[in-house]
Amino acid sequence: MNNKTYQHYQHGLRDGIAVALGYFAVSFTFGMEAVTSGLSIWQAALISLTNVTSAGQFSGLAIIAAGGTYLELALTQLVINLRYCLMSFSLAQKLDKTTSSLHRYTMAYSVTDEIFALDTSQTGDLHPAYHYGITSIAVPGWVLGTLAGAISGSLLPSFIMSALGIAIYGMFLAIIIPPAKKNRTILIVVLAAMALSFLFAILPGLKQITSGFAIILITVIVAGIAAKIRPIENHL
Amino acid sequence: MTHNIYLYILAMAGVTYLIRMLPLVLSKKEITNTYIKSFLYYVPYACLAAMTFPAILSSTASIYSALVGFAVAVIAAYKEKSLLTVALLACTAVFITERIMIILH
Repeated sequence: MNNKTYQHYQHGLRDGIAVALGYFAVSFTFGMEAVTSGLSIWQAALISLTNVTSAGQFSGLAIIAAGGTYLELALTQLVINLRYCLMSFSLAQKLDKTTSSLHRYTMAYSVTDEIFALDTSQTGDLHPAYHYGITSIAVPGWVLGTLAGAISGSLLPSFIMSALGIAIYGMFLAIIIPPAKKNRTILIVVLAAMALSFLFAILPGLKQITSGFAIILITVIVAGIAAKIRPIENHL
Repeated sequence: MTHNIYLYILAMAGVTYLIRMLPLVLSKKEITNTYIKSFLYYVPYACLAAMTFPAILSSTASIYSALVGFAVAVIAAYKEKSLLTVALLACTAVFITERIMIILH
């Protein structure tokens, strides 16, 4: 590693500390949920190490716990993680054109909301070493948090686990409500998706559709209509 | 569980990695299509909202504790508390509600 690369790496490490702390707290909940759903501590940690995505892991866990099909699981991951596709497109713009394919393959591993946010906050071209610096502290935070959560989850009594069952939904609400306050279209998207999801859960006929596929359908329908009626450049 | 857990994990990790990798490796141009950009922009909100409701109502031992937890989470999220704070407040609300329900019975 030359000196400049090392500086970028160190800078990434430093910026990654806050991400790692935040990750520890979130993945702690994931670890607890995972053992409650019947996974082992190591399986929980393996999911965190190989996926590095909160919403995707939580939704995947729900499908695994329900004994869903592999196709259902894969499609849910595709839909819920589709935003990474956009982030990766954006990062591709920020990389120097000469950045090797090997770097691109490696960097892709840890394109997350938070790491992407730090990457884009860099002025000028993004240096892969900066991304690796954040990754090498944020991912251990993510995996260790999962382990810690899984270990305490397997020790906690059931009335505590019942209270923790709501934790992931609390986090989802914390993700979607603040932007919905500021943007009317997001608010309508959120309410419409919830209403449709409710209908899918209670209406005869629609009830037969598994929850995983219902979520995919609802997402595509609601986001598809919103994009048609309110394209983002019009009101951002 | 009739399915193999490691195949599940492989499917999750494989799809997630491909989504992140393909644009980085294949694209050297920015997406300009407004419709696709807008669609991708709304996807997380629609998806997370659909996953949250009504599933949140059956996430605890009783629908009443879940309703209280839901209300507390919405208020805390509206006040823009951090993810962890919102989650813990919802858990605490559920915990207290379930304790009260036991006492009242």
